[in-house]
Amino acid sequence: MADEKAKKTIDPHKHEMPVQEASVRAHNFEEVALGYDEETAVAEAKRCLQCKNEPCRKGCPVSVYIPQFIKLIAERDFEGAIAKNKEKNALPAVCGRVCPQENQCEKYCTLGKKFDPVGIGRLERFIADRELKMGVTVPEVAPPTGKKVAVIGSGPSGLTCAADLAKLGHDVTVFEALHVAGGVLMYGIPQFRLPKEVVQAEVDNLRKLGVKIEVNSVVGKFATVDELMEEEGFDAVYIGTGAGLPYFMGIPGENACGVYSANEFLTRTNLMKAYLFPKYDTPIKIGKKVAVLGGGNVAMDGARTALRLGAEESHIVYRRSHDELPARKEEAEHAEEEGVIFDLLTSPVEILSNEEGWVTGMKCIKYELGEPDASGRRSPIAIPGSEFIMDVDTVVVAIGQGPNPLVPRTTKGLELNKNGNIVASLETGATSKPGVYAGGDVVTGAATVILAMGAGRTAADSIHEYLTNK
Amino acid sequence: MVKFVDKKHEGGEWSSMFKILEKQVHSPVIKQFVVEAPRVAKSCKAGQFIILGINEEGERIPLTIADFDREKGTITIVFQEVGKSTIQLGAMEAGDYIKDFVGPLGEPTHIENVGTVICVAGGVGIAPVHPIARAFKESGNHVIGIMGARTKDLLFWEDKMGEACSELNVTTDDGSYVRQGFVTEVLKDIIEQKGKENIPLVIAIGPQPMMRAVCNMTKEYGIKTIVSLNALMVDGTGMCGCCRITVGEETKFVCVDGPDFDGHKVDWSELALRQVYFKSEEQLALEYRECTCGNGGAK
Repeated sequence: MADEKAKKTIDPHKHEMPVQEASVRAHNFEEVALGYDEETAVAEAKRCLQCKNEPCRKGCPVSVYIPQFIKLIAERDFEGAIAKNKEKNALPAVCGRVCPQENQCEKYCTLGKKFDPVGIGRLERFIADRELKMGVTVPEVAPPTGKKVAVIGSGPSGLTCAADLAKLGHDVTVFEALHVAGGVLMYGIPQFRLPKEVVQAEVDNLRKLGVKIEVNSVVGKFATVDELMEEEGFDAVYIGTGAGLPYFMGIPGENACGVYSANEFLTRTNLMKAYLFPKYDTPIKIGKKVAVLGGGNVAMDGARTALRLGAEESHIVYRRSHDELPARKEEAEHAEEEGVIFDLLTSPVEILSNEEGWVTGMKCIKYELGEPDASGRRSPIAIPGSEFIMDVDTVVVAIGQGPNPLVPRTTKGLELNKNGNIVASLETGATSKPGVYAGGDVVTGAATVILAMGAGRTAADSIHEYLTNK
Repeated sequence: MVKFVDKKHEGGEWSSMFKILEKQVHSPVIKQFVVEAPRVAKSCKAGQFIILGINEEGERIPLTIADFDREKGTITIVFQEVGKSTIQLGAMEAGDYIKDFVGPLGEPTHIENVGTVICVAGGVGIAPVHPIARAFKESGNHVIGIMGARTKDLLFWEDKMGEACSELNVTTDDGSYVRQGFVTEVLKDIIEQKGKENIPLVIAIGPQPMMRAVCNMTKEYGIKTIVSLNALMVDGTGMCGCCRITVGEETKFVCVDGPDFDGHKVDWSELALRQVYFKSEEQLALEYRECTCGNGGAK
């Protein structure tokens, strides 16, 4: 009966997200997705069935009050909607853009069983952007508790943890190694997916909560975690230093000129704004044919960035097939629309270079898919004798990142696993060291923005409890 | 103390700024700043470096710490104007603020009492050698300093090096001061005179060809030689891998594994190729500065 009614009154399709034309956007750094206008947002919000059991919320790592904020949008109470969203989400303008909603909230949307799910992410972005434009209302902050917390790293996990603790009245200082706050949101995710102005606006919102942000501060170098606690009077520490250590393939020729880690390629472009060189001082060199190794979101970001920097051809080189690409479907689609070429079932074995040390090509081998491996994906098997030379002059290695060892190595009594990740309880964020908590990629290995935020929130709850009982 | 400036600059970041307290001009292209950076001064050790950024558009420039004063909270840097950014830095004056100044970065030089240490400094490398020589002397070593430059005008800190070392030898490539010859020639003389078995350690910092030449020589004598590498960097915290080099078959990041390495294991050819990676861009940046800078750009 309900389904019958729904069919009659509900638009089966999610409202389209207006985007820049692929042929145009492939050559600029402006944001790809343009965002809903008010009428589209209200119409999309009206598609929500307002299910009593709230399945969407179960798919959200920070349990945003999804049906509630959507209802307020449908009623055109946009201020109310963003306030409701921010009760659970410290960075809505970021999440609305980069969360993999198709695997989270929208995956569980009741409407999604028959039609397109509600565009939850797009609605979240709409109210967050509207608030950034209209001016932000600062949420209430509890009276000072007199407790000091150090948050190491200003990525999504650290920012969320800092915001939650500040709201609870704690004195929070965030230490950031780079010269700008935001972590991977600033150096990693490209401008065209997540404008840096949006990130800085969200960071400014945290400052309004009383969070102190100290950039240019490399913990493990100017002071260790122990020194922060013993000498600088911090009662608790949250480590959210992310996965900032680039992995390389370990094949011959990888140190040739023209080979970048994805981190370097993206940091130069995003954080240092090399795409505006020479107005900005940091250069980047891009050849005519760029190969990006890997199939995840970072690889897609690299391949799309290469096009925007002026590469004639940008290739994704991945050893499994299209179905196994770890990237979000939307990201791979956007890359394809923009003209990125996918060389699948292919992997390099050697990078070739000339006498001046510059990349001249890549010796690759073809793969075929065998039986499913431990990850459940069909495992790639190299085809003997299938070696060939790929004609490229720039290579971007985007095969993953590990935890940066600067903090783990210098902190006494901190248990690490064999990959160098910090061992921390997923329920509480507690590490083996009293008063020290950790979360995000430094614990889980490279994952998503929202999972890191969820870990930051969990740890904030535990730290609050720890400080209250201390 | 670090001053928090109560205004937003273009990038939207609230910035702590770092004041240049003193400026000294050693030569038209070699300049020295004493910068207020108490956090760095509190914890830095000989051999470590800082990264600075002049302004919003600036690149991140790594410079080895030349001296520090823990009490005053200051760091001394000496740099040679070689490109757009260092020329721009050199145009700054005492009282100006540097936007970003982060450190200490890298691993400190391993200091221990080995008996005798020869510290070889070439050109602007005199600055980073200084605190290392001092630290070796303070830990009881007999430190023999060798400092050299192309010509007399490019020499500086003879007094400071004199204090930091037990004995100091000065040379110029063109013979315009003290003696004529490369630092390697002085080094060879000293090794021959003292006997290679009496010299357990050589430290060499300067231009890459000089460090390479020193290493080639000490390798023949079998004397352990530590060099401090100045590779291209971006973040300086191990995040990007731009500064990667091959040391004894292994890939190392200069920023976090170094900057000190066993000079006999460094793949100098690879390092030399990677060093000129952005040569054409550097030229472009200079030209851009010259045509946008009101006073005609580089002096």
